[in-house]
Amino acid sequence: MSFLRFAVRRLAEMAATLLAASFVIFGAMYLAPGNPASFLLSGRSATPEAIKAIDDQYHLNDPFAVQYLRWLGNVLHGDFGRSIEYRTSVSSLLVARLPSTLLLVAMALVLVLVVGLALGWISSVRGGATDSTVLVATAFAVGTPSFVAAVLLQGLFSVRLHWFPSSGSGTGFVQMLWHLTLPAVALALYLIGMLARVTRSAMLEAMGHEHVTVARSRGVPENRVIRRHVFRNSLGTVLTMGGLIVSTLLICTVLVESAFSVNGIGQLLDLSTTTKDFPVVQAISLIIVGLFMTVNLVVDLLHPLVDPRVTLGTRGSAT
Amino acid sequence: MTTTTAAPPRRPVLARIRTTSSPLYLLCLGLVTVIVLVALLAPWLAPHPPNAVDLGNALAGPSGDHPFGVDASGRDTLSRLVIGARTSLLGPLGVVVFSTVAGVAVGATAGWRGGWLDSLLSRSSELVFAFPGLLLAILIVSIYGDGLTAPVVALGVAYLPYVSRLTRSLVLAERERLYIEAYRVQGHSSLQICLRHVIPNIAPVVLAQSTINFGYALIDLAGLSFLGLGVPPLTPDWGRMVFDGESAIQSGYPLSAILPCVAIVLTVVAFNVVGEHWADQVARRDR
Repeated sequence: MSFLRFAVRRLAEMAATLLAASFVIFGAMYLAPGNPASFLLSGRSATPEAIKAIDDQYHLNDPFAVQYLRWLGNVLHGDFGRSIEYRTSVSSLLVARLPSTLLLVAMALVLVLVVGLALGWISSVRGGATDSTVLVATAFAVGTPSFVAAVLLQGLFSVRLHWFPSSGSGTGFVQMLWHLTLPAVALALYLIGMLARVTRSAMLEAMGHEHVTVARSRGVPENRVIRRHVFRNSLGTVLTMGGLIVSTLLICTVLVESAFSVNGIGQLLDLSTTTKDFPVVQAISLIIVGLFMTVNLVVDLLHPLVDPRVTLGTRGSAT
Repeated sequence: MTTTTAAPPRRPVLARIRTTSSPLYLLCLGLVTVIVLVALLAPWLAPHPPNAVDLGNALAGPSGDHPFGVDASGRDTLSRLVIGARTSLLGPLGVVVFSTVAGVAVGATAGWRGGWLDSLLSRSSELVFAFPGLLLAILIVSIYGDGLTAPVVALGVAYLPYVSRLTRSLVLAERERLYIEAYRVQGHSSLQICLRHVIPNIAPVVLAQSTINFGYALIDLAGLSFLGLGVPPLTPDWGRMVFDGESAIQSGYPLSAILPCVAIVLTVVAFNVVGEHWADQVARRDR
């Protein structure tokens, strides 16, 4: 199969899954007891104007299929509708809160990649007591929910030691970095543990390969063997975790941003769920699901280029 | 696969999960037992009613009457921890039971029947995989409001593909084994063979996976409670206790929030270690 055909097929598959996901996210509001208008307005005064506004936004009098397609069409144009709580467009709410979340997720991602890969490397290469220590530490990292990490870090480093601010996201880039350090650590902890474990076992597996033994017997320096033949070999496994890493980081911002009162998209999801501001919940859900699929698609397309042993389409058809 | 010649010996599930003496595993197994016992015996163990408010005594430190101190409303932290173990474990148990029963049914059907049913089920798993568990739970809570049932079902659905994908691959491997053919020759129906022989044979691996899932479901549900969603406000629940204790941390009284944090981490780690150990053991036995 040529690369182009593979790419087109994966793109079509992704579009189909994304379409199904958008259907689930849109259709979910029909699971609510009562009619959609009263659900969407739940807890708010159902004035005739409010009902009309909801009607106009969702075209609730049209057949379901028409409502869905119109909503989908708007979404494709970047229009996620209007927030019921804030009475402004959902997109503008999201854009205003994007910088904090983007920086937070980026910082956490860097931490996950650097610390996770390094721990996995050290653990597999050193072995012995180092390995056991890393295994126990990562067992705790994987077992610590991000909100628990957030609360504990906050209690220790901001309330007790005053090293970091305990809430908010600050203004200006440096202040933001400063404010988002603890949240980023809390967000990254679980994935650091996960990635370290995956890297460790992938590297241990690669060490057992014949070409590694051959390289060593040819007198290639150990450092270079590990770097070129073991670590590079295990990168493919790490790459396949890409989608999971990104979507886990995004959804966990809801916990970490709430704990640290960071005014980002995660906090908005929390507030919107509490106030039943469904258009906002829909938009954020769709973004998280969409990003997960996009990253997975990119990984699938990159994987054969990074690792020539992976033949096109093996991953797509394996699942 | 070495034993493809005859029907594999059938022993009870737990006997097949042999334990080599890893101290960490034994410690965690002991911890799981203690936590489950505490949850079961909670009403007899808790020294105070979990919702007994005593505002005059708010945030008092440990004392003879309140060994772990009290929270911002003067409620006894130890009692809330002990009673909270019930809600905190019951939710994940529901998730695991739902996802295991449904996942095995779906995975076994897909693996056993194959064909269009298999591809349909695989496609649906792809779809569910795209939704992180917590997102699905939040989505459903934004529709149904407070209550534990809706998020438990949502998480059950989110965890289902992990079980069904594992079951499917195990059933595919099992289907090729000779004993299946032997039973067929003896006139057993497909359904009979699948239910009586295949599923009991793959049960240990699935059980190990479900034990690991228990820890992750606990994390998701505790996270939901931490957001103040899911569990109704007054219910003692570990995630909820962290949520309630957060403002006390800010004013320098961390105990009522730290203790439920510790309870959550210890429980999740213990279940993970036990589940992974079982998975390891079964993999080693099959090798």
